[in-house]
Amino acid sequence: MSAWIDGVLVTLILTNLAVLGSSRLNACIRIIALQGVVLGLLPILVGEGAPTIRMTLLTAATMGLKGAVFPWLLLRALRVAGIRREVEPFIGYNWSVLAGLLSLAASVWLGGRLPMPETARSSLVGPVALFMIFCGLFVIVSRRKAITQILGYIIMENGAYAFGVVLLEEIPVLVELGILMDAFVAVFVMGVAIYHIQREFDHVDVDQLDTLKG
Amino acid sequence: MILLTLAGVVVLVAGAGLALLLDRRPKWASFAGAGMAMLGCAAVFAASFRMLIGGDAEAIRWPWSMPLGAFSVALDPLSAFFLLPIAALTGLAALYGAEYLQSWTGRKSLGMAWFWYNLLAAAMILAVIARNGLLFLAAWEMMALASFFLVAFEDEQERVREAAWTYFIATHLGTAFVVALFALLAAQTGTLDFDAFGPISAPTSGLLFILAVIGFGAKAGFVPLHVWLPEAHPAAPSHVSAVMSGVMIKTGIYALLRMMTLLGEPQPWWGWTLIAIGLASGVLGALFALAQHDLKRLLAYCSVENIGIIALGLGLGVLGYTARSPLLAILGFGGALLHVLNHAIFKGLLFLAAGAVAHGAGTREMDRLGGLLKRMPWTGAAFAVGAAAICGLPPLNGFVSEYLVFFGGFLGGVSISGHFATAGFLAVAALALIGGLALAAFTKAFGIIFLGEARTEAAGRAHEPGMAMRFPICLLAGACLLIGFFAPVTVLLLARPIAAILPMGEHAVDGYLLAMAAQLRWFVLLAAVLAALLAALALLRSGLLAGRSVTERGTWDCGYARPTARMQYTASSFAQPLVDLFRAVLRTRRSLDAPQGTLPTKSASLSTATGDTFTHKLFRPAFGGVTRLMERMRGVQHGRVQLYVLYVALTLVALLVWRLGVARP
Repeated sequence: MSAWIDGVLVTLILTNLAVLGSSRLNACIRIIALQGVVLGLLPILVGEGAPTIRMTLLTAATMGLKGAVFPWLLLRALRVAGIRREVEPFIGYNWSVLAGLLSLAASVWLGGRLPMPETARSSLVGPVALFMIFCGLFVIVSRRKAITQILGYIIMENGAYAFGVVLLEEIPVLVELGILMDAFVAVFVMGVAIYHIQREFDHVDVDQLDTLKG
Repeated sequence: MILLTLAGVVVLVAGAGLALLLDRRPKWASFAGAGMAMLGCAAVFAASFRMLIGGDAEAIRWPWSMPLGAFSVALDPLSAFFLLPIAALTGLAALYGAEYLQSWTGRKSLGMAWFWYNLLAAAMILAVIARNGLLFLAAWEMMALASFFLVAFEDEQERVREAAWTYFIATHLGTAFVVALFALLAAQTGTLDFDAFGPISAPTSGLLFILAVIGFGAKAGFVPLHVWLPEAHPAAPSHVSAVMSGVMIKTGIYALLRMMTLLGEPQPWWGWTLIAIGLASGVLGALFALAQHDLKRLLAYCSVENIGIIALGLGLGVLGYTARSPLLAILGFGGALLHVLNHAIFKGLLFLAAGAVAHGAGTREMDRLGGLLKRMPWTGAAFAVGAAAICGLPPLNGFVSEYLVFFGGFLGGVSISGHFATAGFLAVAALALIGGLALAAFTKAFGIIFLGEARTEAAGRAHEPGMAMRFPICLLAGACLLIGFFAPVTVLLLARPIAAILPMGEHAVDGYLLAMAAQLRWFVLLAAVLAALLAALALLRSGLLAGRSVTERGTWDCGYARPTARMQYTASSFAQPLVDLFRAVLRTRRSLDAPQGTLPTKSASLSTATGDTFTHKLFRPAFGGVTRLMERMRGVQHGRVQLYVLYVALTLVALLVWRLGVARP
């Protein structure tokens, strides 16, 4: 099982780096969808014995939302709002990947010092979760468009989810459902909001929202 | 009794909600708001009175999900002594307000006004019975917010808005110190429950005392933190000014006293600090009061003066405590406590009367009034009683409390050696000066407003207010007389609250107070003789005048052929000799357009205005500096969402790195 877990974790790291290095919005959305699906497998791999029905259902819901519904909503928003397919970063792709590698090193160092519960399956899960949160923050900060902010948010949420898998043997169903609902509503609302921002201002560049300040 | 008090709080909160619900119907909202306020205050009054004349201290503690928080309340004699004036004055002012606010029907939301008024009453009561730091802070903040919205009642006037902001900033600066105080206490003791604080060792307790003096002093109006009083009190509706000046600022005194009982053994320098504050507040308050032209501004400065007298008493009490002189401690604390009650009565009375004057004559400018005693006999007589009481004249209530402090000062000066003697004589000298200045200020206020002839047409048309406004004023005037004439009995009411402050048994305190009561009996006797003499004179006068023709003439006539009302003394000319004497402190601005030539043809004019020296010389420059500093920080505020997230992310990462990488060994 350990090999499978490590495989998942490496996939998560690679998908993050891919998001940082990719210039196409469509590609980013698809990569993050893949990340969501892979992440959904994690609790089943980590858990001991045969997966319970509840866990299976939760996994299915997570994978369905993150792998199918979110990308569909986001791609639709892209299409309807007629947003240009370019990511338009403040920080170039190469530098972004470099920053990603640096933050990976930092999170390995930090994760090693985090006090972990005895039950933790893999020593790598903590650092990877931290890395995902940093990557999400980095995407929010360094990209121009509102839609990339949603992507950063989803990556961060994935990181928090991964943390939960490490810290708790079994995530309470209410917490899990709550997080899922949060993410779903956020993506849904922002998808709608982007459409309207686009219609009002003819662009979705967040950095130009500063003209609104008093 | 604690349950009755809590029931009163619940009634007040319910009244607030009801008034807000009935906002569409101003009459009903007034009725519900004022009625529930009076009902709630009556319950609290009954509970606290029962406590004072002998009831067991009771406490209730319910868990609260806040960290370090608990809904812990208790009614002990000290709380009850402060609840008494809070409940009485707030209830009476509610009755007054029901009529006073009527003229705003339709123009202002009365439901809103009553909502905040009832919340203010509930918050004051809760602050006084709270026994947990978090609960206290919540009540304290609610009190500040509710009174802020009440001050801003007439928010269409720029002066009122400015006054409300001044108050808002002052009260929150004070609260910042209170928060620091409780944070430090929690760090020291690991709890915020008052009962669990325990004695705190010397250097820390001194720091806590300083924090308490600044934090609670800002609410009480210690100089130089008093600058919000002369702005906020005139701006608020009169019944609110009466409550704020009469009792709300006393919650600052209460909290300071409560903290001092929790901090353990006081140091002599605490007493010295309080005496210095009392001296500055008392003398400066009275001086600035003397120089004002606006009646309510004068009364606001006079509150600063009376807070000074209270602080003097507290300082003497602390010195008596540290010098192991029970009599001095009892006289100091007793005088301060009794002055809290007395000041609530006569300052409430004076503010309500000032509201009646403004209501009847349409202005608070003393130089536009005059001769009101003829048209408003009830209000005028009550104002005279209040003015005499606030100057500490026997046989009224102000005399009793000032006498206790005076006596304490003499005692400290004569019987205890060293620096205590200096403190005692300093307090006596300060009290004498304060008394003289207050007398001048109130002679001016009463003389200019109620005596002489009307200076304007509006003042000539002034009229007495209705019963709902007149009744509280007359009742409070009656209370001034009653406490004065029954001084030997009222003094005994102090035994239980003093025993809650000092480490002495109730019976020991009672013994000292009985001795004081025996002394006071002589004054009451003297007062009774004086009253009898006055009555005899009045009888004689009416007897002599009976059957003769009586004609009425204008006052200040002086035999001129064509006198006008403008020939009378004005407020500023009356105060001029004293104001000139203290011009170094007062910094009165005068603009004089002197008459030219032997027979002047051009009209001449003179105007004087006394602003607050501390506002102009201390706070305005300080806040100007802060504003300039903040202007430079505006670069950070650029409106870029990404950079805001970056700030947050960097902070979080830095904290994480610090916690995991540096702080951990």
